[in-house]
Amino acid sequence: MIEQTIFYLLAATAVIATILAITEKHPVHAILYLVTSLFSMAVIFYLLMAPLVAAFEVILYAGAIMVLFLFVIMMLDLGHPEKGLSPGWREWLPALLLSSVSIGSLIVAVISRHATVAAYPSALPIRAVAMRLFQEHGLAVELVSLQLLFALVGALYLGKQSKGGGAK
Amino acid sequence: MTAFYLDIALFAAKLGLVFFVILTLAAYLVFAERKILAWVQDRKGPNRVGPFGLLQPLADLIKLLTKEDFVPAAADKWLFYLAPAMAAIPAILIFAVIPFGAPLTIAGRQLPLVVADLNVGLLFFLALSSIAVYGVAIGGWASNSKYSLLGGIRGLAQLISYELSMGLSLVPIVMLARSFSLTDIVEAQATVPFIVYQPLAFIIFLISITAECKRIPFDLPEAEGELVAGFHSEYSGMRFGLFFVGEYINIIVLGGLATTFFLGGWHGPLLPPVVWFSLKTLAFAFFFIWMRGTLPRLRYDQLMHLGWKVLTPLALVNILVTGWWLVLIR
Repeated sequence: MIEQTIFYLLAATAVIATILAITEKHPVHAILYLVTSLFSMAVIFYLLMAPLVAAFEVILYAGAIMVLFLFVIMMLDLGHPEKGLSPGWREWLPALLLSSVSIGSLIVAVISRHATVAAYPSALPIRAVAMRLFQEHGLAVELVSLQLLFALVGALYLGKQSKGGGAK
Repeated sequence: MTAFYLDIALFAAKLGLVFFVILTLAAYLVFAERKILAWVQDRKGPNRVGPFGLLQPLADLIKLLTKEDFVPAAADKWLFYLAPAMAAIPAILIFAVIPFGAPLTIAGRQLPLVVADLNVGLLFFLALSSIAVYGVAIGGWASNSKYSLLGGIRGLAQLISYELSMGLSLVPIVMLARSFSLTDIVEAQATVPFIVYQPLAFIIFLISITAECKRIPFDLPEAEGELVAGFHSEYSGMRFGLFFVGEYINIIVLGGLATTFFLGGWHGPLLPPVVWFSLKTLAFAFFFIWMRGTLPRLRYDQLMHLGWKVLTPLALVNILVTGWWLVLIR
């Protein structure tokens, strides 16, 4: 009972904060709403007995990615919503496609769900998670890490290039 | 049913005691810092309020509470109000996972002397320590002053530079203890503290936590000499006090964590476990104050250089060596 109350409170917080993050014009406020949303998501994960996912959600998303966003906005002084241009259809179209695909698959998943399958989460020891991840899905882990390396090298290349252009 | 209420009563008592001790200790750490700095600089320090100046923290508190609560005209009001809390709350939350003594037995039931023994305790600490920077950054940004903004940006850049080396320096600890739980990590050091196996990781962690609690030589977000008072230039009264107390809570908590990870936590001969834990933690606090009285401030780019090009590669090499060593002794 207590868990359900906490869940609904957190879910409401997450949904409201996400909507505010999208509608808020000021980037710094939007980031803070997004952090709030991520934080409540993390606690929901904890309620579902996935403390590892909860910790990673906060460390990676709220603690690293959002901090970088905030850093860039403060560093480049982008915190002026009145200067921003309103997005045209070129910006809208990919976002619309992506969101319709993900919302569509969510609806399909909810409709096709068996009524008898209820989630009874059980706590999984971290060691079991690690075993599963690195023994059964070792190749996938390597592929993902390789992809991250590509992104890193790409970012380095782009950074170097613009620096050389500036020197001329 | 009475057993249930007894459990709740014991837990509430523990929680209340932890809050009281940490907040009082933070206030007296300010006093201790002023006294020790005075001693380092060959002067007397605060000695007027009460015997030996012992009531100075109380006088400071009254002063801060009765001061005008000032908000700059062009500040972002709500964020300006919220930022000090965002800085202080994560600091005190981290203490929840630190075991500060051996489990007690009261009225036939075990009472572990840790608020919450999470099985991801170490990750919980890393998560909250990365969240804590929002207070500094938002406080600096919302003040709408160039000095505060520079302090806030420096706080963010500092976090990005040392966070990685701090996390990586703790990986060998997890490898040795085979657990993320801080209780297990302390258990694993019952005979030999990890500082013996991991002196390099200890040094990296110590440098990183000095940067984490924004102390000299890494107090760049405040840097009185160049940025007035950095991110909290525009703050007055108890809001400034909250930033200030948050910093000292951070010192206590990070000292406690260094004790837990490297010095064997509450393990120690003769004296009771809680005393050992307090002694080790306060030794770290003394070390931080001593450094403040001794070292000059690093430059901004020097800290980034140190974090990215020295500490992070060293921590990575340390992880590799620990891995090889663990495979060899198996």
